[in-house]
Amino acid sequence: MNSFSPTQLIDFTYLVAAVLFILSLKWLSSPVTARHGVLAGEIGAALAVCATLFDPELVQYKWIVVALIVGAGIGIPLGMVRMTAVPQRTALSHAFGALSATMIGIAEYYVRAPHVTKFGMVEIGLEVIIGSLTFTGSLIAAGKLQEILPQRPITYRGQNIVSLSVLGTAIVIALILTVHPEYTHLFPAMVAVALFFGVLLVTPIGGADMPTVISLLNSYAGLSAALLGFVLNSRVLVVAGALDGSSGFILSVIMCKAMNRSFTNVMFGAFGQVQAKAAGTTEDKTVRSATAEEAAAILASASKVVIVPGYGMAVAQAQHKVRELFDVLTKRGVDVKFGIHPVAGRMPGHMNVLLAEADIPYDRLMDMDNVNSDLPQTDVALVIGANDVTNPAARTDAGSPIYGMPIIDVDKAHTVMVIKRSLSPGFAGIDNPLYYMNQTLMLFGDAKAFVGDIVRELGGVAH
Amino acid sequence: MPSDFISNLFVFILAGFVGFEVIKRVSPLLHTPLMSLTNALDAIVVVAAIIIAGRHETTLSTVLGVIAVAASFSNMVGGFLITDRMLRMFKTGKSKKS
Repeated sequence: MNSFSPTQLIDFTYLVAAVLFILSLKWLSSPVTARHGVLAGEIGAALAVCATLFDPELVQYKWIVVALIVGAGIGIPLGMVRMTAVPQRTALSHAFGALSATMIGIAEYYVRAPHVTKFGMVEIGLEVIIGSLTFTGSLIAAGKLQEILPQRPITYRGQNIVSLSVLGTAIVIALILTVHPEYTHLFPAMVAVALFFGVLLVTPIGGADMPTVISLLNSYAGLSAALLGFVLNSRVLVVAGALDGSSGFILSVIMCKAMNRSFTNVMFGAFGQVQAKAAGTTEDKTVRSATAEEAAAILASASKVVIVPGYGMAVAQAQHKVRELFDVLTKRGVDVKFGIHPVAGRMPGHMNVLLAEADIPYDRLMDMDNVNSDLPQTDVALVIGANDVTNPAARTDAGSPIYGMPIIDVDKAHTVMVIKRSLSPGFAGIDNPLYYMNQTLMLFGDAKAFVGDIVRELGGVAH
Repeated sequence: MPSDFISNLFVFILAGFVGFEVIKRVSPLLHTPLMSLTNALDAIVVVAAIIIAGRHETTLSTVLGVIAVAASFSNMVGGFLITDRMLRMFKTGKSKKS
């Protein structure tokens, strides 16, 4: 045991990388140590990649170098996107991860074929099916988030049966290949069917369900990498895939809980379709609205304000104006906090990143439970571009489609102000009784322009 | 059932368990960076892609390997880059002034 073979040294480096990956995630638990986490991950990845380049199995480097340069050429711009584009970037990176795992699985199959063992075929089949569906599913998700594809769910009758039979077909082909490894011509069919299933899986899912879908695709991407580790007997892939998979899984569970829905309901429920009945009920209720001047006066006399942002704030690009509002109110001694619902935005933590980018200190960003205990003592709750996550019907109306969903209890604040373009219902197509409450003032207009007007009024009052 | 499978399963279950315990402690504040970081770590698939691309067994496997190297390396580079950019934005009220 005096000397290690090159392969053992490489394996040892992989072990170090795996440990660094776990530390990386551990340090991410607090914003104070999080950047060390990134560094640990980077060192681990760099060590693993460098060690691999010394693998004695490698006979030619030309294409590896070309591919690494191309990869860096795609990766750097994708790492520099604006924070508003982070959800679609994330979906795209799930697609790339799955693409990579699928390509390797396919290559490995053809290297072995037709002498694939039964067990090896089960592993490869599962790996390639999950990788393929994650690839196309993530591309569709990215397309929806980039608004190249419609965000509304696309549905038709018998959809679930069609989708599930497509998945069933891919599994059956994999089973046939397991029993008859000589039918190698069936392998491309399996890949094609699995790719098609990924499209069917995500097309019917609406934009508001994207936080869950992205998390779920995250989990699948991790799973396909871990399965690839099984296929290739690569422990570092198994570890990294398991970490990524469990992260995606935890996030999916958090997102589902935050919407009080099950996985199956998200995947097959096609939430977010316009419900025709919601439209007629708004006529007979009275709504109080206010101008920017009035809103500014109310905010200026408050001592505690909670701002509840939603996807509408991101769409209107209002986060920098919101920061100005935060600054001007804080300067006047008003205690301003942000209440962030887990599913606000298009991916987990989306609002936090947008507000952090706008330079709002993260100790002002409260999660749902913390802010809800504060809201009864809050003078003004200002809702910007959020709707369903503030809908009190989730607490009170057992007939509401979102009944039971945890919400931010803005209706418990002394005054509620809602910036909104019109009274049209939110993504779930559900009317929001919050807008008709006595303590509610509707501020009709574009979020960015309206917040800008309030800031101007407050600036004016100060002089 | 090959014996490698069992030891891989060992690693998978234990790593999944460690991942679960570590990741559930991540504050909701950092869920977006968490996803981009795990994405970058997952891109370690690149090491398998490098082997496939450089082993040069068949033209097909080399082509697929090259695509895989480019796809996963872009995730690795882009994932770490954007995670670090995001984390740099998270400042407290005190550090913001200083």
